[in-house]
Amino acid sequence: MFDGITPQLLFGQLLIGVINGSFYAMLAMGLAIIFGLMHVVNFAHGAQYMLGAFVAWLLLTHLGIPYWGALFIAPVVVAIFGIVMERLLLKPIANLDHLYSLLVTYAATLVIEGLIRQQYGSTGLPYNSPLPGGVNLGFMFMPWYRLWVVVFSVVTCLGTWLLIEHTKLGSYLRAANESPEIVESFGINVPRMMTLTYGFGVGLAGLSGVLAAPVYQVSPSMGSGLMITIFAVVVIGGMGSIIGAILTGYLLGIVEGLTKVFYPEGAGLVIFFIMLLALIFRPSGLFSGTEKS
Amino acid sequence: MRIALILLGVAAALIAPFFVYPVLLMTILCFVVFATSFNLLLGYVGLLCFGQAMFLGLSAYVTGHILKTTDLSLEIAILAGALVSAVLGAFVGFVAVRRSGIQFAMITFAFAQFVYFLLLRSEFTGGENGMQGIPRSELFGIFDVSDTLTFYYVILGMTALAILLAYRVIHSPYGEILKAIRDNEPRVESLGFKPERFKILAMSISAGIAGFAGGMKAAVYGFATLTDVSWTVSGEVILMTLLGGLGTLTGPMVGAGIVIVMNDELAQFGEWALIAQGIILILVILFFRRGVVGEAGAFFRRRQARAKDAPAGKPREAE
Repeated sequence: MFDGITPQLLFGQLLIGVINGSFYAMLAMGLAIIFGLMHVVNFAHGAQYMLGAFVAWLLLTHLGIPYWGALFIAPVVVAIFGIVMERLLLKPIANLDHLYSLLVTYAATLVIEGLIRQQYGSTGLPYNSPLPGGVNLGFMFMPWYRLWVVVFSVVTCLGTWLLIEHTKLGSYLRAANESPEIVESFGINVPRMMTLTYGFGVGLAGLSGVLAAPVYQVSPSMGSGLMITIFAVVVIGGMGSIIGAILTGYLLGIVEGLTKVFYPEGAGLVIFFIMLLALIFRPSGLFSGTEKS
Repeated sequence: MRIALILLGVAAALIAPFFVYPVLLMTILCFVVFATSFNLLLGYVGLLCFGQAMFLGLSAYVTGHILKTTDLSLEIAILAGALVSAVLGAFVGFVAVRRSGIQFAMITFAFAQFVYFLLLRSEFTGGENGMQGIPRSELFGIFDVSDTLTFYYVILGMTALAILLAYRVIHSPYGEILKAIRDNEPRVESLGFKPERFKILAMSISAGIAGFAGGMKAAVYGFATLTDVSWTVSGEVILMTLLGGLGTLTGPMVGAGIVIVMNDELAQFGEWALIAQGIILILVILFFRRGVVGEAGAFFRRRQARAKDAPAGKPREAE
């Protein structure tokens, strides 16, 4: 059954899987951070990721600022956009049912994507790789940029995780999630912390967008197509579990890549089936220690 | 006053096709039924199904397939489509009620994409091209409904039946338990009911009504496309329900009417239809969460209260 599978095919798809997984992990992590503190399911995460890619493209095309500059500028621009969004849209409804915050970020997605599509059309815009060429590993060809994506995303995910789990700032964040009143009584401005957390999560989405620009085409719908997978990743990993989101993201990317090798017809469905199985057999999430909420 | 309003509405619906393009009216009616199905879940059980379009679209294809390949009459084809959607709804409910609140929304969203993908790949749907040339078979096997005006009244009758069904569900003892689950689920559980079973059944009924709308839509247009399954339609029905008035029977009808007319007017301006939908949804969520019907009701109650010199209007229950 595996006769037709060459090492090139196997490792090629595996690499694509790891690349996709890198983006799943980074985006799911941002979603989990925002959900963990604010109980907001940020539907606009995909649109903000797309904005990151678009800002990078605009910087290059109109200001001549190359990729390495955009890697710093674009996430800040997108984070500021996120902070404005939080102040205007999320803060006024912070005390209502969390469904409203999902819906308002969904509505924002419609507006953001619509405006970008109106301005730049729906076709993808090319963004050249800042690291052309690659290295031949003998069994496969490894483009430098893809290697950079994998390394960068692993470092970002690990760094963010350490920041939240093992620093004082992180413990404030987690404590504010458990009981905002007590944290507030310590003199910490919880609403401002929420605004900054949202900005940070959105900035991560923007950063992923810049990283993605040379890999995928820069197009208005590049984010919303990904949101379905990201939702599935977060549901499988357990809502609000940051490490769960990261590990599930990489895992599902790899599983998806391998499915393309061994059973190409099932590649579009495999993540969904895993979600189904996880919901039936591990209703509280793969990486969640707590019982069903 | 209430009966007068209902009679006025019925009279308006009866004479409308002489003034407005009937296909536009039938589109509105299909979405009235669709929005009613969505409101049944969000407004009365508190479940946000973020993939309601899967029930609409699947049933449109099933109904279309039956009409194209068999001699079965129109109402059987539509009911069969609704039944298939109801079964899908029960299955989605079975899986999704394992997670409460916001995760239910995310799971149904992922499910809808899965159904979209399956329909895209299936042979019988025609993939990207959609299913074309769906015939309008005779109603009950005897009545010819190919005339647009006649068909409008058939669709109007079906819409009335679907709304009556939703009304009966909401005002039955079962509906009372659904509302109790919405307001305080642990209390309902402590009384010995199993909320999950009630939710799964509600999901199935809602999916069946959405499927009924999908079958109607396939018969109206004579085609079914992937748009009916897409997440933009799932989002549209959320806008209709919230704009009209969540948890009110007439709200989704008003909302469906406004959104369909708006889409029709803005269709020539490209992306602006979706942008307008987003902006309106934001405004509704931030400032008018009771929707058109809810705000109007509150306005009249305030006036009545002032006229009677009573303290204030009765607090609304569905909020």
